[in-house]
Amino acid sequence: MAKTTFETALKQLEGIVKEMESGALPLEQALKKYETGIEKVQYCMQILDSTEKKITQLTRGLDGSLGETPFDNE
Amino acid sequence: MTEPKSSHIYTVSHLTREIKTILEDRFSFVWITGEISNYAAPASGHSYFSLKDANAVVNCVMFKNQKRSLKFALENGLNIFGLARLTLYEPRGNYQLIFEHVEPEGAGALQKAFEQLKKKLGDEGLFDAVHKQVLPYLPDKISVITSGTGAAVRDIIHIAQRRFPNCCLQIVPVAVQGDPALNEIVCAIEAVNQQRSSDVIILARGGGALEDLAAFNSEIVARAIFASNIPVVTGIGHETDSTIADFAADVRAPTPSAAAELVLPEKKQLVRLITDLHFSLSTAITQKLAYFHQKVDDLHSRLKSPVQVVATAKQTVETHFLRMQHALDRQIFHGTEKLSWISQTLLGAAPQLQPRTRQVADLYNHLAITMKTCIFENKHQVRQAATTLTALDPTAVLKRGYSIARTLPDKKVILDADAVAVQDRVEIILSKGRIQTRVEKKIHGKDNI
Repeated sequence: MAKTTFETALKQLEGIVKEMESGALPLEQALKKYETGIEKVQYCMQILDSTEKKITQLTRGLDGSLGETPFDNE
Repeated sequence: MTEPKSSHIYTVSHLTREIKTILEDRFSFVWITGEISNYAAPASGHSYFSLKDANAVVNCVMFKNQKRSLKFALENGLNIFGLARLTLYEPRGNYQLIFEHVEPEGAGALQKAFEQLKKKLGDEGLFDAVHKQVLPYLPDKISVITSGTGAAVRDIIHIAQRRFPNCCLQIVPVAVQGDPALNEIVCAIEAVNQQRSSDVIILARGGGALEDLAAFNSEIVARAIFASNIPVVTGIGHETDSTIADFAADVRAPTPSAAAELVLPEKKQLVRLITDLHFSLSTAITQKLAYFHQKVDDLHSRLKSPVQVVATAKQTVETHFLRMQHALDRQIFHGTEKLSWISQTLLGAAPQLQPRTRQVADLYNHLAITMKTCIFENKHQVRQAATTLTALDPTAVLKRGYSIARTLPDKKVILDADAVAVQDRVEIILSKGRIQTRVEKKIHGKDNI
């Protein structure tokens, strides 16, 4: 699910930044980490912007089936 | 009028103290009910108010220490009942109630039921921390179980959209008070769990009296919350309200708005966090690259090509050569200098030959001239002598007829007749030839001829 991956991605990103800032990484690994980090950044930003604004209302039909209809905020 | 006996005259203090004693003895502790008015809470933290009913009013105070155990806020218009000490405040002559304990009126029974249920469910472990589910960091979709029309739903929508403008909310409208509320809330929780499209539930209700929160203090709602596989956040009533639902929930928020804030992170902050991380990442890699660049450059500069080595060696040799040459030059220079100095010293010490040479030459010339003169003079003398000699030549004398007599064998010229004896041999030298004879006679005297 996206929620877990957002958090995971964010944690990974934080970890990568911390690791890179420690300065102990060999260059090849640092470059690889950087690439991964940038991917995480893009992924996180995508998640933040992708969710479509939506307010719905949960309804239950006569047969007991669940449905969603737009919620009238006003 | 008769004079009152002095023993019957009270001072104000005395009277007041006696009333105080009577009052405090008679009403040491009272349970009392009434409505709060003239409520004041100064900085001291104590609360001053009046308690009234239709016909009477009494001053009340509740001290800070006792207020700590209050589960609700005292306010004007609130009907309360509580336990108080009656006392008289002598400086004002006021009697007042000092409350030890206050409860909203009518809450007594409900409160008792609440405590009992709380204990029962607590004992069952429904409120245990181990059962609390962790809220999603960033929920995809939030189900909001609340009244479809109250302020709570509007607040939640407002807050959610402010924090995360493109969030996804699902409203599950339910009755939040009255008998149908219990069942509707339970069904809503079950339906959301059945649908499984949300990853967090907000169960909310605006503030109200304790009776109005009955559904949220019910056992079935608590159990439904406990049974939910989706984490439930409660935001019920005001901050001071605590319901059974709050205890059963995974996270309890003080109000509906707070619940929305708790569930949804602020998008701005997330974006900033990620932007910051992005920046840190870029900075880190840039620094890393710069570091390695520098390192490579440094190593490169330290890596010597053979040409450089040769050049360096050449330079060293040249330097040494030059130094050697300079040293030599310097030594020669010094030597020359020394030599020239010494020779100059020597020259300075040398005798002056020239004047001597000249003197010698002069002397020589002088000698030569003198010699010449001398020779010339002598030659002249000789010539003169020769002339004289010629003049004196015996031969010439002889030629003129003179002869020379000489003894024999001594050959001594005889100038005196006494020099010879008779019979001595005598030689006479003539102009031409010589005669040897003997002395026959001698004539003495000075006269010869």
